[in-house]
Amino acid sequence: MLELKNISFEVENEEERGTKEIISDISLKIDENKFVVITGPNGGGKSTLARLIAGIEKPTAGQILFDGEDITDKGITERANMGISFAFQQPVRFKGIQVIDLLRIAAKKYLSIADACDYLSEVGLCARDYINREVNASLSGGELKRIEIATVLARGTRLSVFDEPEAGIDLWSFQNLIQVFEHMQKTNDNGSIVIISHQERILNIADEIVVLADGKISQHGPKDEILPQLLGTASAVGACVKLEGGAQ
Amino acid sequence: MLDQIQLQLLKEIADLEGVPKGAYNIRANSQMAGRNTTANIDIISKEGVSGIDIRIKPGTKNESVHIPVVLSESGLTETVYNDFYIGEDSDVVIVAGCGIDNCGKQDSEHDGIHRFYVGKNAKVKYVEKHYGSGDGMGKRILNPGTEVYMEEGSVMEMEMVQIKGVDSTERSTIAELAAGARLVVRERLLTHGEQTAISTYDVRLNGEGASADVVSRSVARDHSYQKYVSRITGNAPCSGHTECDAIIMDKARILADPQLEANDLDAALIHEAAIGKIAGDQIIKLMTLGLTEEEAEAQIINGFLK
Repeated sequence: MLELKNISFEVENEEERGTKEIISDISLKIDENKFVVITGPNGGGKSTLARLIAGIEKPTAGQILFDGEDITDKGITERANMGISFAFQQPVRFKGIQVIDLLRIAAKKYLSIADACDYLSEVGLCARDYINREVNASLSGGELKRIEIATVLARGTRLSVFDEPEAGIDLWSFQNLIQVFEHMQKTNDNGSIVIISHQERILNIADEIVVLADGKISQHGPKDEILPQLLGTASAVGACVKLEGGAQ
Repeated sequence: MLDQIQLQLLKEIADLEGVPKGAYNIRANSQMAGRNTTANIDIISKEGVSGIDIRIKPGTKNESVHIPVVLSESGLTETVYNDFYIGEDSDVVIVAGCGIDNCGKQDSEHDGIHRFYVGKNAKVKYVEKHYGSGDGMGKRILNPGTEVYMEEGSVMEMEMVQIKGVDSTERSTIAELAAGARLVVRERLLTHGEQTAISTYDVRLNGEGASADVVSRSVARDHSYQKYVSRITGNAPCSGHTECDAIIMDKARILADPQLEANDLDAALIHEAAIGKIAGDQIIKLMTLGLTEEEAEAQIINGFLK
């Protein structure tokens, strides 16, 4: 479904007056009907990778294929309309735009209040209290985050990418969040989910786990194979890589 | 009676398809084009100057008055004085507004001077929409002046909207509030092209328990210029809040100037002002939902001005 071929992403490094490689020659294939969690140390390039998939950033080298079609040069809108969804790590606020408006834009059709409420209920919000609220600073970080996830549900696209969906959802049990993803996976035929997360409980429901460190994939495989190596040493993965780097 | 252009203007400013229900006075190209009065609401033409007196009997409930003005001839300039006498304990909706269609070379201008005398415990919702259309070189100019005198315990809600097509506006609103009176103003403004819009509010809270909430949301695009000055003066134990929130685009310019004056120890007054461009993240978020950049921008502006 999604294939990254030798993707690199560099940014200008003002201090050293050169370029800094955030993503370094990554190749990754995400098949249909897969639930893939990308994990790894902070600063390892996970969010950048998600933004590259959504088209928010353009790779400096490499190729991105979606259903066999080269989408490397396609913009955010085109990719969205081809079936790629992206949930922001830090959801955006809009003065005046109501929750129902955002869900209708996402669904690309006139959603009835009842339909919109279903999406909100699914992410654990009491729909009636939220449907007419503005997506502005009056909502807490956790509420915004759930609305963000609801917009992706409303889109119902084939590929959904979530950037740290658990961040900021402190009062809502992870179990609910996990149920949302499990339900998505069951109901979205041929659809795949990619989640950036450190959370063990999210890693635990993955089909595949990708470990990203220093802009490179250090591990990729079935959950049963990768997770035991990460358990209890999740942060140690990054530390070891750094130690190895330091010893060279 | 009304031609197609005038009917279109009427729709834009008053959501009217033809003649409204209840009391109304329609002014088209400086002439009266229709009037209806009810048992409780009388409309009388002024003598000596252009304009009307609208008299609403005490205790009138759930009635409305529409007084739209449309100009579709180029080169018309008029000043109209409308006085509203709103009886005690009444509860009414007043819809005003002016639409100018100018296809000619000469400027068209309508200056509406509205005075409201709001009786004790009366409740008024006032809606005023301004709209301009036409491709002529002549400018479409609207300079409304509004004065509001509110007696004890009265409530007035004012919705002032100017979204499109008016080249030049200088709006001045003053209000004086007695004890327990409450004024709520919601102004929405969009300027584009080379337009200029100046809006000035001067609200005086004179009685104990009087309160005012004056909020403007505006968008300035292209080379337009906006100036917003809202002054709340607290002369008694009272509460006042004024806020201006603006989106700036292109080469536009905005001056936001909220002012507070407290002449009483227990006057609680607050002001807020913010000017900023549309955040890049907002556009990107809507693009990830499948909108183009232009559609995303339009959604953000529409929401902001809703």
